[in-house]
Amino acid sequence: MNIIRNRYFYFLISLLVIIPGLIFLIINWVNTGAPLPLGIDFTGGSLLEIQFEGSRPAPDVIQDAFLKSAPESDPIVQPLGEDSYAIRSRTIDDATKGQIVSELESQHEGTVTELAFSSVSPAIGAEVTRAAGIAILMAAAAILLYIWYAFRGIEHAFRYGTAAIIAMLHDVFVVLGVEAMLGYFLGWQADALFLTALLTVIGFSVHDTIVVFDRIRENSHVYRRLNYETLVNHSIVQTLDRSINTQLTVMFTLFALALFGGESIRHFVIILLVGIFSGTYSSIFNAAPILVVWENREWTNWFRRPERSRA
Amino acid sequence: MNRNNTNWLILIIFLLGIALWIDLSKEITLANPFNDTALFTRNVEARLGLDLRGGLQTLLEADLPESATIASGELEVTRQILESRANALGVSEVMMQTAGERRIVAEFPGVSNPEEVVASLQQTGLLEFVDMGTNPAAPGTLIKTDFAQSEDSNSTAPAATPTTDLAATPTTEPTAEPTTDPNQPAETIYHTVMTGADLTDAFVSTDQLGTPAVSFTLTSEGAVIFSDYTSSHRSQYLGIVLDKRVISAPVVNEPITDGSGIISGNFTAAEANQLAIQLRYGSLPVPVKVVESRTVGATLGEESVRKSLIAGVIGLSVVILFMLLYYRLPGFIADLALISYAILALALFKLVPVVLTLPGIAGFILSIGMAVDANILIFERLKEELRAGRNLRQAIDLGWSRAWPSIRDSNTSTLITCLILYVFGNTFGASIVKGFSVTLALGVGISLFTAIIVTRTFLHLLLDNLKLTEHPRWFGLEETA
Repeated sequence: MNIIRNRYFYFLISLLVIIPGLIFLIINWVNTGAPLPLGIDFTGGSLLEIQFEGSRPAPDVIQDAFLKSAPESDPIVQPLGEDSYAIRSRTIDDATKGQIVSELESQHEGTVTELAFSSVSPAIGAEVTRAAGIAILMAAAAILLYIWYAFRGIEHAFRYGTAAIIAMLHDVFVVLGVEAMLGYFLGWQADALFLTALLTVIGFSVHDTIVVFDRIRENSHVYRRLNYETLVNHSIVQTLDRSINTQLTVMFTLFALALFGGESIRHFVIILLVGIFSGTYSSIFNAAPILVVWENREWTNWFRRPERSRA
Repeated sequence: MNRNNTNWLILIIFLLGIALWIDLSKEITLANPFNDTALFTRNVEARLGLDLRGGLQTLLEADLPESATIASGELEVTRQILESRANALGVSEVMMQTAGERRIVAEFPGVSNPEEVVASLQQTGLLEFVDMGTNPAAPGTLIKTDFAQSEDSNSTAPAATPTTDLAATPTTEPTAEPTTDPNQPAETIYHTVMTGADLTDAFVSTDQLGTPAVSFTLTSEGAVIFSDYTSSHRSQYLGIVLDKRVISAPVVNEPITDGSGIISGNFTAAEANQLAIQLRYGSLPVPVKVVESRTVGATLGEESVRKSLIAGVIGLSVVILFMLLYYRLPGFIADLALISYAILALALFKLVPVVLTLPGIAGFILSIGMAVDANILIFERLKEELRAGRNLRQAIDLGWSRAWPSIRDSNTSTLITCLILYVFGNTFGASIVKGFSVTLALGVGISLFTAIIVTRTFLHLLLDNLKLTEHPRWFGLEETA
């Protein structure tokens, strides 16, 4: 099996996934001012989930109840499951929410159950967004430093760190792109859990890359006379069983969570599934081949004789 | 039998035994063998987060301009006052923590009236001068007063508008007799002479002996009330009470008629300053506003617990089956290690205690997948070494030592991410993010122990006692290898 020889083919597959994602990120940006539809954790606002016994009233009824107690609240009513609604609005306080719920109770015949209510002030939302960016950058920097340190014994240790970061960015963009598409088509919003999922994917992506790099590190001491391309390919193939099996076990647990874990974490789990699949792909088909591209300085040939590198 | 392995086995069985004991009990007690007292007691009931048990979480922020610096102690004092106020509302298991320099996270499990709780938190605190009669209440004692008693069912005056009430009943009935059920002397209701509304200023000074004290001045109305009271209650105790908690209870030595007074009580300079701040600002040294509040109904929580438990059991079973089918005998041992992992992790979560949130459980289930990774790495190495013609015992040792660097480096990067997530979650009081990072990090830690130590010990013990060397198929290799 020669993965390295077909490296540009695998890079192409990655681009085919990432570019549509980028397009949707841009579409969202143009439409809404943010590349991802952001939840109240980042923008501020309120989210009320409310369940009606018997048949639930029409969305207009809910809308009116909101506007009566909070005329400026700008509510968006979305059905949730069979008998509930999720209502997003501008930030309202607990007292106003209490008025709205009792208003709805007085109009509805069966019991009205308040499932969940969150309210975040816009200032906090903005600060969380900024901190989220910082958290991702810090994670990337810390991991780069660690890999640099862990691979200090072999030539070009810095390349390993950089390649791992590129593979990680690949996964970040795959996740962001998928989230942008989900947001565009299904109206999903990125919340604090999405951020958690993204950071987990970053951790897992590097975890996987390091296993492949570790084998290159080890083999480079054993097979000193092998050329670099063969060495890297050999290392990938040797770790392939492990990569696939680990991938499978994590996928099993995530699938179980997605299917049986309930509505409230499904979004989170689906993002993890996408990211972890991408993480394994990028460590095999991107991170290690990038080392070869770098070793051969292939970018000098990209525009002169592109057919040679694909041969 | 190799002595080293026997030692490990004893340690493993010992740890698993303790873990199982913790898993199955709600409270653990170590009895002192010499007498019957308990040496060590700890409640190890599983702690569920608000998203699982229902309740209210709020994030409070200092209601001051961004540029204002808040002295480090002040936020902590604010937190303490808020906590005692919440306890006075009768909410159980309130948890309040400062988060960063300007924020306080407050969690109220199981409350059904979040609106009231939030309203009470934002209220400026209530300072009262209370007629304690002959009771020299110790500072810190919680007392009940007849002023705007929120628990008092026949009270007509709500806590929100106290001042009008006060002018009507200043000092007409200065008795400190218990007015409640005589069977419950602890429930004495004391009479409030006046409230902080009549205070104009409070500042640090020194008393005759030169120890720090707090001086205060009163409004003209307050001066009259105070003068009347101190004239008729010489040698009795005057309680200075904040949010129903006694701050100090000095003796009235002489009538105070000039509308100013001094509170002395062996204060340190810092304590006197803190008290002066509390008196000046009504209560909270740092005024706070609610910037985030989340309420989860109990039904949603119960459903989530049930569903994620089912998902966990299914996920674990599939992984166990996969390992058994793919790696055969080592897979079986890895499964034993995985079950040990689950037992140990649960015990540790209960012991620490880690508050389990929905993402926390997801983090734990995810770490099951990662726990197996170390074993997969090792077994793949083991197979390689066997194919390379080494004997089984050599192959096992080499498999472990060669797989170790990649296990170490890959898990370190996961731990780095966990640390960053934890700091992020802590700053914003985002307990869901924090819960996820803590369970994932603990999971990684325990999985390293089970995957490396437990698996190796079991495998070696099996080798010592069975003639496995003749059965390469048990290791997932072809017979001809």
